[in-house]
Amino acid sequence: MKEIYLDNNATTKVDEAVFEEMRPYFCELYGNPSSMHFFGGQVQGKVSEARNRVAALLGASPEEIIFTACGTESDNAAIRSALEVFPERRHVITSRVEHPAVLTQCRNLTQKGYRVTEIGVDGAGRLDMEEYRKAIDDDTAIVSFMWANNETGVIFPVEEAAAIAKTKGALFHSDAVQAIGKIPINMDGSAIDMLSLSGHKLHAPKGIGVLYLRRGTPFRPFLVGGHQERSRRAGTENAAAIIALGKACELAGQHMEAENTIVKAQRDRLQDALMVAIPNARINGGGAERLPNTTSIAFEFVEGEAILLLLSELGICASSGSACTSGSLEPSHVLRAMGVPFTCAHGSIRFSLSRFTTDTEIDTVIREMPAIIARLRQMSPFGREFLKGQA
Amino acid sequence: MWDYTPIVKDHFLNPRNVGDIPDADAVGEVGSLACGDALKLYLKLDDNKDKILDAKFQTFGCASAIASSSALTEMVKGKTMDEALAISNQDIADFLGGLPEEKMHCSVMGQEALEVAIFKYRGMDIPEHDSEHDHGHAYPDHEGTIVCKCFGITDTFLKKVIETNRLTTAEQVTHFTKAGGACGGCIPKIQELIAQVLGDADVQPRTRPEKLSNMKKMQLIQEVLERDVRPLLWADGGDLELIDIDGSRVQVAFRKACAGCASSGNTARMVEVKLRDLVAEDIVVEEVSA
Repeated sequence: MKEIYLDNNATTKVDEAVFEEMRPYFCELYGNPSSMHFFGGQVQGKVSEARNRVAALLGASPEEIIFTACGTESDNAAIRSALEVFPERRHVITSRVEHPAVLTQCRNLTQKGYRVTEIGVDGAGRLDMEEYRKAIDDDTAIVSFMWANNETGVIFPVEEAAAIAKTKGALFHSDAVQAIGKIPINMDGSAIDMLSLSGHKLHAPKGIGVLYLRRGTPFRPFLVGGHQERSRRAGTENAAAIIALGKACELAGQHMEAENTIVKAQRDRLQDALMVAIPNARINGGGAERLPNTTSIAFEFVEGEAILLLLSELGICASSGSACTSGSLEPSHVLRAMGVPFTCAHGSIRFSLSRFTTDTEIDTVIREMPAIIARLRQMSPFGREFLKGQA
Repeated sequence: MWDYTPIVKDHFLNPRNVGDIPDADAVGEVGSLACGDALKLYLKLDDNKDKILDAKFQTFGCASAIASSSALTEMVKGKTMDEALAISNQDIADFLGGLPEEKMHCSVMGQEALEVAIFKYRGMDIPEHDSEHDHGHAYPDHEGTIVCKCFGITDTFLKKVIETNRLTTAEQVTHFTKAGGACGGCIPKIQELIAQVLGDADVQPRTRPEKLSNMKKMQLIQEVLERDVRPLLWADGGDLELIDIDGSRVQVAFRKACAGCASSGNTARMVEVKLRDLVAEDIVVEEVSA
């Protein structure tokens, strides 16, 4: 069965051109970039080129790019560093809808005596800037807000938030894992101090990430024991993956316009058609500015895991904010923070597209989805009551 | 992805007995929209009002909730109400070839709906079900006090599930009942309940009876295998089946992870020790490949 892959916020296909770029650096050009000899030196040259390419996508300088193992490492390193830099500041601000890579770390900090404020969102998933302005004070060491939400695609006003942090002398970090490659980002002249990126969300392989660190920002490394990355992240460079990420960033820059026109049009067509064909559905975060590739739709009276498995039977890959898929028993913390009504929080499905998504694939989902929802509603006691009311 | 058995997948993709019975004799309803799963079970009885002629269900929930409901309706058809009441949540899971432990609460929901339907039919007092209530009762409010506020689950119900499934950790209790799975505030209380149930068991230590008729001996062997042996094997993904009892010779076959396991000889000895402790001194356990 050929898959219809609409789960690109979970991970993406490695672009063939990216794979070709990294291929020689396993069996042929396997030298250590730190070595003195020519054999390592040529790898060093490609790593530098990759750093330039990543910097170009972000509007950053190459020395502001620190390669890490993943977005989670970047998030952890950024927050830990800020707390070490400002030992006298004991307050951390984040949002209620962050990725666990940030949220778990912040919640752990409360056990170490830190004050942690989690800023809420409104029904459309928009950050409560008023609450944020009131929460920040001279005790705040770091503010960490995601650039765009992984479940709903809702974009936060991170530049505005970073400017506010600056007035209190706090550092500002943004988990931009979902945003980079999908919307233009320019660190030149930005007030943002640190930024996390993950390779596998933009058609590079898994196991490579970046922490952007603004020049002049005080920093304490998370990993020590080597001079790599200017001693800001010790450990032998994952050269092949770094080179792949460089290529992926170059391609992301080239496809940025398509991402915001072609992919966005596909996403809009998909959600519009489903909203017309399926009664009692709602788009989570539909009223907010969102990433062009993401839509999260809540279907009332049915449960997400059952929807996903019926889609999966047809080769369609999506994801859900439902409890049952994750092994937890409550709907996702993002949907709960948004106050999505409990009648449909369990039936939320996320479709996330990429530049490899085809119109035919979108057609297939539009064709199949109404029958899947109808079938499960027919089976559900609440769905049947609802269908009866409609008849 | 969950590791569902082919039987679970089959009952999810081709659920048996979906729908309602307009002139049903008994209806049992558990769960709510807020809790993420709910089941409405309809039973039609024969003219003697004893045997279950037909069963239908409607389920809101995940694949294993739908499969558990489907399995339940298949299992109860043709049974008397008393026979049906003897079905445990583990029987439902077994029928499906097993459920991931995190999904055992789906089988508990099935067993619970069945109980509610029959108890209500027999005129026992079951509080009205409130499916609209935000985070309302996942399971009908038995006597007792609410322990898990998030899912509205009482101590009476939890103790019953802990006892029948021989649960020993709060995590297991969450997997079987959902209690403690949201805010987690009641986990210390759940641990207390586990201690109470285990403590109760200690109060009346089971000993080997002095004298046993052949019939009683066979019954006791079966009981010990069900209560004391199989749950231990399930914990490691294994199982056994009782093949035959001939006097003191007990023949068992190992299933699932135990089948072909290099240490099944040790497992057979463990079974033997249990049976000698609790049934009769001269018991010999033999492994057969039936």
